[in-house]
Amino acid sequence: MENMKLKLRIWRQGGKYPKGQFVEYPLDGVNDHMSFLEMLDVLNEKLISQKEDPIAFEHDCREGICGTCSLVINGYPHGPMQQTTACQLHMRNFRDGETITIEPWRSRAFPIVKDLVVNRDAFDRIIQAGGYISIDTGQAQDGNAIPIEKDQASHAFDAATCIGCGACVAACPNASAMLFLGAKVSHLAQVPQGKVEAETRVQRMVHQHDVEGFGQCSNITACEAECPKGISVEHIARLNRQYIASTIGSEKVAN
Amino acid sequence: MPFQSQVPPGELSEKWKQYRSSMPLVAPNNKRRLEVIIVGTGLAGGAAAATFGELGYKVKVFTFHDSPRRAHSIAAQGGINAAKNYQNDGDSVYRLFYDTIKGGDYRSREANVHRLAEVSVNIIDQAVAQGVPFARDYGGLLANRSFGGVQVSRTFYARGQTGQQLLLGAYQSLSRQISLGNVELFNRHEMIDLVMEDGKARGIIARNLLTGETERHAAHAVVLGTGGYGNVFYLSTNAMNSNGSAAWRAVKQGAYMANPCFTQIHPTCIPVSGEYQSKLTLMSESLRNDGRVWVPKSQDDAAAIREGRKTGLDIAEGDRDYYLERRYPAFGNLVPRDVASRAAKTACDEGLGVSPTGLAVYLDFDAAITRYGKSKAHSQNEHNADKNRIRELGVAVIEEKYGNLFEMYEKITGEDPYVMPMKIYPAVHYTMGGLWVDYNLQTNIPGLFAIGEANFSDHGANRLGASALMQGLADGYFVLPYTIGTFLSQEIRNPQVDPDGPAFMEAEAKAQERVNRLMGINGSKSPETFHRELGKIMWEYCGMARNAEGLQKGRRMIRELREEFWRDVYVPGQIKEYNPELEKALRVADFLELGELMMLDALDRAESCGGHFREEYQTEDGEALRRDDEFAYVSAWEWDDTDPILHKEELIFENVELKTRSYK
Repeated sequence: MENMKLKLRIWRQGGKYPKGQFVEYPLDGVNDHMSFLEMLDVLNEKLISQKEDPIAFEHDCREGICGTCSLVINGYPHGPMQQTTACQLHMRNFRDGETITIEPWRSRAFPIVKDLVVNRDAFDRIIQAGGYISIDTGQAQDGNAIPIEKDQASHAFDAATCIGCGACVAACPNASAMLFLGAKVSHLAQVPQGKVEAETRVQRMVHQHDVEGFGQCSNITACEAECPKGISVEHIARLNRQYIASTIGSEKVAN
Repeated sequence: MPFQSQVPPGELSEKWKQYRSSMPLVAPNNKRRLEVIIVGTGLAGGAAAATFGELGYKVKVFTFHDSPRRAHSIAAQGGINAAKNYQNDGDSVYRLFYDTIKGGDYRSREANVHRLAEVSVNIIDQAVAQGVPFARDYGGLLANRSFGGVQVSRTFYARGQTGQQLLLGAYQSLSRQISLGNVELFNRHEMIDLVMEDGKARGIIARNLLTGETERHAAHAVVLGTGGYGNVFYLSTNAMNSNGSAAWRAVKQGAYMANPCFTQIHPTCIPVSGEYQSKLTLMSESLRNDGRVWVPKSQDDAAAIREGRKTGLDIAEGDRDYYLERRYPAFGNLVPRDVASRAAKTACDEGLGVSPTGLAVYLDFDAAITRYGKSKAHSQNEHNADKNRIRELGVAVIEEKYGNLFEMYEKITGEDPYVMPMKIYPAVHYTMGGLWVDYNLQTNIPGLFAIGEANFSDHGANRLGASALMQGLADGYFVLPYTIGTFLSQEIRNPQVDPDGPAFMEAEAKAQERVNRLMGINGSKSPETFHRELGKIMWEYCGMARNAEGLQKGRRMIRELREEFWRDVYVPGQIKEYNPELEKALRVADFLELGELMMLDALDRAESCGGHFREEYQTEDGEALRRDDEFAYVSAWEWDDTDPILHKEELIFENVELKTRSYK
């Protein structure tokens, strides 16, 4: 279809503190082969040509891997398609004449920068708290010295595939980041190299998660449903097991 | 200006080892005082920042992204090469070196490439130790696959997300250094100028993208790991925000730009669908391990497909031209990228293209599905499996290998690639050219280093698949941390550089003035409009095939467009706020100069080599015609607003014989 007509309800907000509101924009001439972000490009070019303020939204790779795009579309983080980032969503999944509502991620830990752009520095700080294996460049032994069972490597990958977009937080009624956290803890706990520091890692990362103001997990599992990479809540379960074991069965205490 | 490659003496295979053991070092107590600025947090910049932090330098790292993990290295799909010879198929450091030199069409520096092959093995070890979940075989050991232009299996991979996993490894190491206080992170900061003091690079002017404020940052040395400039074509596989501005700001301060016309056009990308298109999506080269490239033999069939009267499935086996297998039997579908791209263009130029625009060829997995299906049925003792069962089993194998790529294809095109053959077409992907650097990865400006795609050093005129990740990490983890010592060891007596000194104040004022000037134009066209226009000129005249007349015309058109840009661009919003359109405008302004230099370089290079194909110089059967007697040099351009000046670094080949590259 070459000429879809849409009504866009878009959240506009000047910054962290000013009050935001929905503004409606009609848009004609949308091609159903366009990606969702290309549709927003068309709207922005139109706004600029009328010397109006374009809509701020974040994006970069536009192939679903960098984790930059962060739109809640019709109430769903990254839109209605399963396992699809907003940048991979195409207009053929919408109807001619449809009203589409577009909002930013909403969470206390992700303050608004402008319009649909939020600040996700909290995620970096969670990784800085322990989401790594402490090895300096040059210290490694031969790659094949540590065999890892094929399926186990594959399970570790299933967790490591997280793109750090924050959809899990946006989907969660508690704005919990446990899926993001669980994915990293679970990835590193499932490879032998990561086991050495597993106990301190999980404690430090959970502590940072709480400091940042993310909510607690109450097993609603909306995060898994909305995760563009389909990361399973079983990784949260592994995180919980690790956390409990590290607090009860160990003398390690997060510092 | 100094202009020496600084390649150490000695046997090729011993150079790096000897040099590394004899180069000047900086003692730990002095490292704590020495400050290094690193711009960019991709594989090269991220790895370097982490390693410098570990070594004890005071590091400031800058990225325009909200997080270091978003750098475009994240999008690399297929894999990373290393001369491990785990497959026992005859690989070695020398063979990786030789393949890379040959693949680059003999336009790279021997010593740099050999060093790259040597350290390639350390990268895999490092990444495994960081917890990167590489693909493994049933015995638990690392798996490999093949990439274009080589006859061994030396590519390590993590599904179709190798770049992501390697970048996250570097990002996590960097995060650790940040938490230890060894590295200070400046995210959402874009370098808008380089600061020079007494002829040395001493810092940068950065724009805080959240507030729009300019900031002065000083250091003893500056490292650019800021990626390539493929987005000068507007449509490319690069991320939307990838740009050449940091490197170009350095060029404006006197750094030489080397081989700017060497652009890699990747053969397997999803074709353009319309005018609104914002970027192109790559389908990993690894697909050519199993996919067969073809077009119909007859123009009638091709026309019927274009008009929707037939599909690829309607064309009988005998009416298909598997042109890569036909023209290049030795390498078949795995010829290097430049060769595969040109062959696709030739087929489409002959009217055999298979998409409505006429610009697409097929990448077909049917044969692979059947082959894998039969093998799987055999291994499961299903000796009576029928066609459907074999297909089912084969699809499952393909899904395991390339599932995420097939899904991505379906999301973008709306077609199921397990049923219909994929449609692909070449697109701009990587830039082999970049800042000129010596063996130490130092530019001709003392104290300014360039690593990863931002430099020109290792890939010559064409990069082999799975070598970009290798080079980025080699530079960041295993080369620069040593070689930067040659410069910093001379700096131990110099006090901290003062960011309030006159050079910094002046540079900041100039950068602000440039921003003010852009905002003040208040014309009628958006930065995007100019960028698209520039891209069309670049693709038309400096794309897959180039000629002198077109390049001269293209250069004139860019100059006119640049003039119009500075007269008629409209940048909405304010300077001192979050303003993505202003960011874009600053980048487009730089592309409008860089594009001209690319045309000029392509015009100067009156030969065909690698990704640079001059129509005037081809063999009778349409292959690239290199002219080693006159053009075995690196072109290093000194920018000038009217007439950029060409410097030549002669390439000396002591170990490989220059041959006509043949994949037949």
